Amino acid sequence: MKKKIAIIDYGMGNLKNVRNAFNFLGYDAEITENYKHIENATHLILPGVGGFKDAMLTLRQKGLIEPIKDAVASGKNFLGICLGMQLLFETSEEFGHSEGFGILKGKVIRFDDSVIPLIPHIGWNDIKMLKPVKEFNGIENNSFFYFLHSYYCAPEEDITAAVCDYYGKFSACVKKNNIFACQFHPEKSHTVGLALLKNFIND
Amino acid sequence: MLAKRIIPCLDIKNNEVVKGINFEDLRSAGDPVELAKRYDGELADELMFLDITASHEKRKTILELVDKISENIFIPFSVGGGVSEIEDIRDLLNSGADKVSINTAAVLKPGLIDSAAKKFGSSTIVIAIDAKKIGDEYIVFTHGGRKNSGINAIDWAKEAYNRGAGEILLTSMDRDGTKNGYEIELTSSVVKGVKIPVIASGGARDAKDMEEVFIKADASAALAASIFHYENSGIIPIKKYLKSKGINVRL
Repeated sequence: MKKKIAIIDYGMGNLKNVRNAFNFLGYDAEITENYKHIENATHLILPGVGGFKDAMLTLRQKGLIEPIKDAVASGKNFLGICLGMQLLFETSEEFGHSEGFGILKGKVIRFDDSVIPLIPHIGWNDIKMLKPVKEFNGIENNSFFYFLHSYYCAPEEDITAAVCDYYGKFSACVKKNNIFACQFHPEKSHTVGLALLKNFIND
Repeated sequence: MLAKRIIPCLDIKNNEVVKGINFEDLRSAGDPVELAKRYDGELADELMFLDITASHEKRKTILELVDKISENIFIPFSVGGGVSEIEDIRDLLNSGADKVSINTAAVLKPGLIDSAAKKFGSSTIVIAIDAKKIGDEYIVFTHGGRKNSGINAIDWAKEAYNRGAGEILLTSMDRDGTKNGYEIELTSSVVKGVKIPVIASGGARDAKDMEEVFIKADASAALAASIFHYENSGIIPIKKYLKSKGINVRL
């Protein structure tokens, strides 16, 4: 079956660079906010930079919450990037309390600024792989990826595929059935990031 | 562990790299896209583009250039030079820049930092500070280093941080182009004054200077221009040296 990659547009962050990465790998990818395109895609990507609450609000206004939930439930290959990973969880501490998709059990927590001198966590950090998921095929353990975030996910299930250490370990990647999500930006993580995106597309 | 970043800086004028060109490789080094690809391949952690094209009509060419670069490199890149309004930032981000650096306009209208950080997120807003030592004080200069603003550089860095800047790009005008090493005292004072990453700039001659600014001043990143263009001080040898000194870098 021909691969149809859809990047979900909800007005948060640099979607163009996600598409550029797929184009560079030789795949077409469509940036879309049309639920029909989401329905028809074989591979769905939820990217994003910015606020959790604003993101959920925009997704709701655009009528994309249910189509995304349905697509994930139907078993479509799903990739969440950065904020797109966080949104999959139940709640975020941002502005007290914000509701996410609730597809994954757990919450999104802010880095503790009483302990950590620099927030956001910004730059290249290495990840320790815990599970041999297909997205890591051919990528060495402890490879560096590009991170840019002030919040991180705390899953309540055993779905963490890799951890990263920034004044304490946090979940850098999660994998559950058809869902893979990463806190870093693969589209900005040079050759290892491109390899990860390619692995996501290929079975 | 978070790695210290090495950032090559390219000064762009009319779509050409105008500074620090390796004479043996003039043609390819003059083309920003080619040079960006080369640095990407040499494990640069990020790229900084400074548009020094004077005229306003030429602004469009930088957007086209940013667009082309974003299709070819897969590391973060920042663009600065002549950014004075929200629209300039939006245009650069829409063209594919990951971050935008603001210098003179932020000093003239500090509220621009608040509104830009609110609109695009702190992580996309870099405040560039050109500082020069006058007497015992570091002073901010604007307009490409031509105008004395009379503002204390460390106070200004703190204000930029409080207004929502995501990073500080700190250039020592006294060291810029001298190859005498980074200005440690200035960098260290700014690093201690803010809770966001500081990129040290101005004066790098070699890997030892970078080691010094990472260890003595605790900068998050070291930026340099011309030194990367010569084979013997390419980015990979610099990173290997830093790693041998116990500094965490991406290799």
